[in-house]
Amino acid sequence: MTEFDVIIIGAGPAGLSAATELKRLGVARVLVLERERDAGGIPRHCLHSPYGMREWHRVMFGPAYARRLVDEAREAGAEIRCQTTVTALRPGGEVEVSSPDGVHILTGRAVLLATGARETPRAARLVGGTKPGGVMNTATLQGFATFSGGLPFKRPVIVGTELVSFSALVTCLTHGARPSAMIESGARPTARAVMALAPRLMGVPLRFGTTITAIHGRTRVEAVTLDTPEGAQDIQCDGVVFTGGFRPENALLRNSPLAVDAGSLGPRIDQYGRLSDPAYFAAGNVLHAIETAGWCWNEGRRVARTIDAALRGALPPLGSTLITAKADTDAIKFALPQVLSASDPSVAPAFDRMQLRLSRAYRGDIVMGSTTHRVESRPERRILLPLPRVTEPGP
Amino acid sequence: MTQTYDVAIIGAGVVGCAIARRLTLDGARVVVLEKGADILDGASKANSAILHTGFDAPEGSVELACIQEGHREYETLRAGMNLPLDRCGALVLAWTKEQEARLPALIAHARANGVDDVVPLGRAEVLALEPNLNSTLRAGFRVPGESLVDPWSAPHGYLLHALLNGADLERSCEVQGGTFDGDRWTLATSKGPVAARHVVNAAGLYGDRIDQMLLGEAHFTIRPRKGQFVVYDKRAARLARHILLPVPTDKTKGIVVCRTIWGNLLVGPTAEDQDDRETAALDAPTLKMLDAKGAEILPALADEEVTTIYAGLRPASEFKDYQLRTHEGRNMITVGGIRSTGLSAALGLAAHVGRTLAGEYQALPDPTIPRMAMLAEDQTRDWQLPGNDGVLCHCEKVTFREARAALTGPLAPQSFAGFKRRTRATMGRCQGFYCGQAVQDLLDSEGPGHD
Repeated sequence: MTEFDVIIIGAGPAGLSAATELKRLGVARVLVLERERDAGGIPRHCLHSPYGMREWHRVMFGPAYARRLVDEAREAGAEIRCQTTVTALRPGGEVEVSSPDGVHILTGRAVLLATGARETPRAARLVGGTKPGGVMNTATLQGFATFSGGLPFKRPVIVGTELVSFSALVTCLTHGARPSAMIESGARPTARAVMALAPRLMGVPLRFGTTITAIHGRTRVEAVTLDTPEGAQDIQCDGVVFTGGFRPENALLRNSPLAVDAGSLGPRIDQYGRLSDPAYFAAGNVLHAIETAGWCWNEGRRVARTIDAALRGALPPLGSTLITAKADTDAIKFALPQVLSASDPSVAPAFDRMQLRLSRAYRGDIVMGSTTHRVESRPERRILLPLPRVTEPGP
Repeated sequence: MTQTYDVAIIGAGVVGCAIARRLTLDGARVVVLEKGADILDGASKANSAILHTGFDAPEGSVELACIQEGHREYETLRAGMNLPLDRCGALVLAWTKEQEARLPALIAHARANGVDDVVPLGRAEVLALEPNLNSTLRAGFRVPGESLVDPWSAPHGYLLHALLNGADLERSCEVQGGTFDGDRWTLATSKGPVAARHVVNAAGLYGDRIDQMLLGEAHFTIRPRKGQFVVYDKRAARLARHILLPVPTDKTKGIVVCRTIWGNLLVGPTAEDQDDRETAALDAPTLKMLDAKGAEILPALADEEVTTIYAGLRPASEFKDYQLRTHEGRNMITVGGIRSTGLSAALGLAAHVGRTLAGEYQALPDPTIPRMAMLAEDQTRDWQLPGNDGVLCHCEKVTFREARAALTGPLAPQSFAGFKRRTRATMGRCQGFYCGQAVQDLLDSEGPGHD
């Protein structure tokens, strides 16, 4: 058994910025565990910009941004171990890991969960038809663009209109593929409306009110059936990219004793980013699928400061007051932090505002404790509200 | 044509693989002809991965005899070949008064089939065994011998056992015709002629077509019956220990809820007759029905995530029983109409074919036994051992060492799908989000490339 001050699970923007910050704060033994062969997380294969504006006030592409995050963490003195997969989280900061040498146990006085998020694959969307090759999520598409010789198709259909969907579109167009259509079940794009211009400018039809009902082809995709406002329609294509529908990568969490938020599917945290077992903290997209890399980077940095306070014994004890956010409909997907612990003027909360996300458009009141906020928002947009004032039950 | 084989087996599904093993061990020179790019690419690529006891098989049927003989042989060979077996038992559950009324007859039937360890259970006893079941159930009985197996490592092991001991395998090799000269067959294939003294037709979904082609007639007609499945995340496996079976109907065993040997939970199959022998298409309304059905049986399943969906085709025929036939004077054996339960019965069917050809060959004195990769969730896996070269597929924890081992040897995969069946890479909850490109790269650089 090897002991560290802080073990960080996941070497993406949140985990690496936390590592760098912890070292700057003077924490001695900081270990980052990454299961991939290289550190950097999702930005490693995002061949688009902008990255780095919040962090270094410059516009960067994903791979360069990822390299800089890794370099900074290493230069600050954090140890990064790649090809090391955490296989179990145990009470008190004990983690089981698998590496090329087999399984061993590591312990951290604190453990930061920064495992990020992933997209919803075809299967979980219950899309019918056959199961040929050429069906993937955006991240896999970007992996092909960045690390392989090229894309495995020329005329894919892109499903979704989130920000990441347009990144999939650009990746296709810059790597020799011209999508045959981009489809969206709603009447408007999920990402900002100006994005809807992009595919048109690039000659790719953007079809609203349209869902994919079946994929055809035995070994490779040959066509898809779309359910459109004009009825069912088959279109020829040689691939399908299912974009977005982000959800936390929470397999470790869900198989641990740690409390999970039913809305976000990420861990339940207090305003210090602390989980139901106070040895554990979380930052980044494992909390809120999905935010930008810069947002996650900032969150990692802020949670690093509360972890440092925890190591010094300066963090107020874990509270038990659950915050609930209520709307007139069930439009609220999640609201975090979910727990308010006592505040302490000497420790700034890592989460000084409530982060809310809607599952569908909503205009109306949101009630948290004794405060009411008027909200109007489309789904999957960032909503920030003040932390409700809560008094811990007195002695 | 360089040689005359003793036996040519048409079809490398689970049945063909088991027959190849049996006849090779019995001393025959065997060739297996598979039209797919890889083996197990027809009916055997999708099933419910259960090793049955035959408790509900038709009394006195060939199916019953083969299931029971096959099940016994699996239990004896599995340790040597490193094949998993989870003897979890099944519960047959009655939810309505009518179903409950049928339980005594099903129990009597099981006992008549020689499955005499079935235990009738009242509602409270069932719920004590499976507390996550919908508590509206009325009664049931337990069949202790029903077990979970790896539906792919087993047939891969059978065929590898044959290949390591002298059998040949030809993939992408479609039989297009054949002539019998009274002593030996000459089969015309897409890879040229193949000569053999005997032919075994184990062509599954094309069994009737092969009989028609080689014999001029077929005594049965394949009527493909599709089954769709929904597979849930490994977390859902905690919800049921037993294989949960409904009271069967004439047509089907009904929709099963059970764990898999890899630690997931599945719900399926449907039973949908169709003409198409190639395509098992999924459809969303049916998948939603299965999802709802699963949550009806295990209410907590409603909160679990779907990992994958799949569909397969059963080579059913107009007959209820298997269609085994020795064509006298034609040196040909047909093993057809394996409508279901082929995974359970394969070794038994192989033993039957072996007995049919008994006395023709000299059994191998000391055959090499393959040791298969262990992918069962409850066994020690490679990621837990030193020297595994790191993890390639994170959700299924497939190591680079396992992946590379699967890419070598006489049964190396010829397709991406074949690689998945041997390793489970990309088959977990993220469905390739993290590892899809890395897996493809590995196959491009060290494997057969993409299919």
